[in-house]
Amino acid sequence: MSNYFRVLRPGINSTFQDLGRFGLQHLGIVASGCMDQLLFCISNKLVGNKVSEGALEFAYQGPLLELAGESALVAVSGKVNFNIIKKNGDTKQGVPNESFVISNGDKIDVLSTINSVYGYFSIMGGFKLKEIKGSVSTLVRAKIGPNNGDKLKTDEKIFFNKSNSAGKTNKIQFDFDKDNTIRVMKGLQFDYFSKKSQEDFFLKEYKVTKLTDRMGMRLEGEKLENTVSKNIRSEGITKGSIQIPGDGQPIVLLSDHPTIGGYPKIANVITADYDKLVQKTQGSKIKFKLVDLVVAENAFEDYITRLNNF
Amino acid sequence: MLKKISNIGDCGITCDFGDEVNEKTNKEVIKLFNFIQRSVNSKKIKGILNYTPSYNKLIINFELGKIKSKEIIEFIKSSDYSKTNLSEKNKVVQVPICYDEEFALDIQRLEEKTKLSFKEIVDEHLNTDFFVYMIGFVPGQPFLGDLNKNLYHDRLDTPRVKINKGSVGIVEKFCTIYTFESPGGWNIIGKTPFDLFNINKKNTSLLSPGDTVKFKSITKKDLLLFKNE
Repeated sequence: MSNYFRVLRPGINSTFQDLGRFGLQHLGIVASGCMDQLLFCISNKLVGNKVSEGALEFAYQGPLLELAGESALVAVSGKVNFNIIKKNGDTKQGVPNESFVISNGDKIDVLSTINSVYGYFSIMGGFKLKEIKGSVSTLVRAKIGPNNGDKLKTDEKIFFNKSNSAGKTNKIQFDFDKDNTIRVMKGLQFDYFSKKSQEDFFLKEYKVTKLTDRMGMRLEGEKLENTVSKNIRSEGITKGSIQIPGDGQPIVLLSDHPTIGGYPKIANVITADYDKLVQKTQGSKIKFKLVDLVVAENAFEDYITRLNNF
Repeated sequence: MLKKISNIGDCGITCDFGDEVNEKTNKEVIKLFNFIQRSVNSKKIKGILNYTPSYNKLIINFELGKIKSKEIIEFIKSSDYSKTNLSEKNKVVQVPICYDEEFALDIQRLEEKTKLSFKEIVDEHLNTDFFVYMIGFVPGQPFLGDLNKNLYHDRLDTPRVKINKGSVGIVEKFCTIYTFESPGGWNIIGKTPFDLFNINKKNTSLLSPGDTVKFKSITKKDLLLFKNE
């Protein structure tokens, strides 16, 4: 008997992701992978999976799924408003960051993320996903990944491996960092910008606009003036780079970024603050803080310690 | 020559080979790229996630939990990668192209601007041995060069909203092949039926940085009948 979830509603941007597809950027294939690595790992830990197991990522509104088959131990991670609708119609509010058993005919309705963008849905034993070049991450733009490289769609079936529903349930206390400061290091072309713009970048607030997705986050704020050259020779791009195109408004390049690009980069978000950044909703205001490599590396140690403690 | 190594954030470094954009500089970049790729494959270095060559730079991304930038910089500085043989891995690929007016959207304009005839433009393009500087932006898209000076032309003032997959375009001294339908501002001179990129194949991308491309003219009928292996 095959076990699966039927997709009754796919949500806005629901894709399978893992930690990323590496070693192919020189062929134009970006790593992709989960946006919020900490939350992704937490969702796997909650159901006893290895942290790298593929999970379903959703943004703002998640999917409505109905289980067909054997009971399964699942978890939703993040700050998420969701319901569990039992086969008999009883509805109860779901609790995120806590694993629970769902049975044949039950539905899980992920209504929305709360003051955050991304959340994850994991199942003990993992979903049955086709690995492409060593990863189950989805890059919709190039149709690479499981589910034919596409977002979840209505009426699709998501198959999963036999889950031991008697598995131990687990819960954690999780909250997002409310602080709006994002730490960055100077970018390769930091010196291209006027003295005033170099100061403004760290003094002024920048607003997250609606032109934000897995590829990039467009910000709006004090215009940054490039006094050297609006274009540079195209060069490889790194996740978290903040590029400034001709209009002077920053774009932070996120997990599905183009592999090469020709805009000057004023700064790079440090690894430890990347998850915090991507969870900032449209309209949020953020402030950048300059740090050096030592601070960034130490912050990463703290980040890993926090992850391991969950 | 490698001029400078700098950090990009806490999990990337850039190896800068100077401002010149030519085959000589790019071959230096690709030597280091080949060396890093081999070192990763033979597990001589751990934690490297991606290595992306461009015209004059190699960018290396790594897993911060496994390795620090300092170790990678020391690894590169202590290695004599200049001995890496470029021709060992790199290949010559013949790419069919149809210059029929249905696909060569901008040739007429190029004729007016360059004062060359259609045949002269096509011959010039066919006679060029194109060097693959880099692959990217989207999966499998190659950036080739160098065109002869008389074909140099600027980008379109207003980019097209949609350029078909397989379209071959030129800008300045470069030539590209669109591997996905996408917007774009290059001057389109023809179309190839070749699948340059297929994620399901072992060789995902037909071309790699450092390869050579020779175009071969085919008729519209050949194009329509062409089958990718």
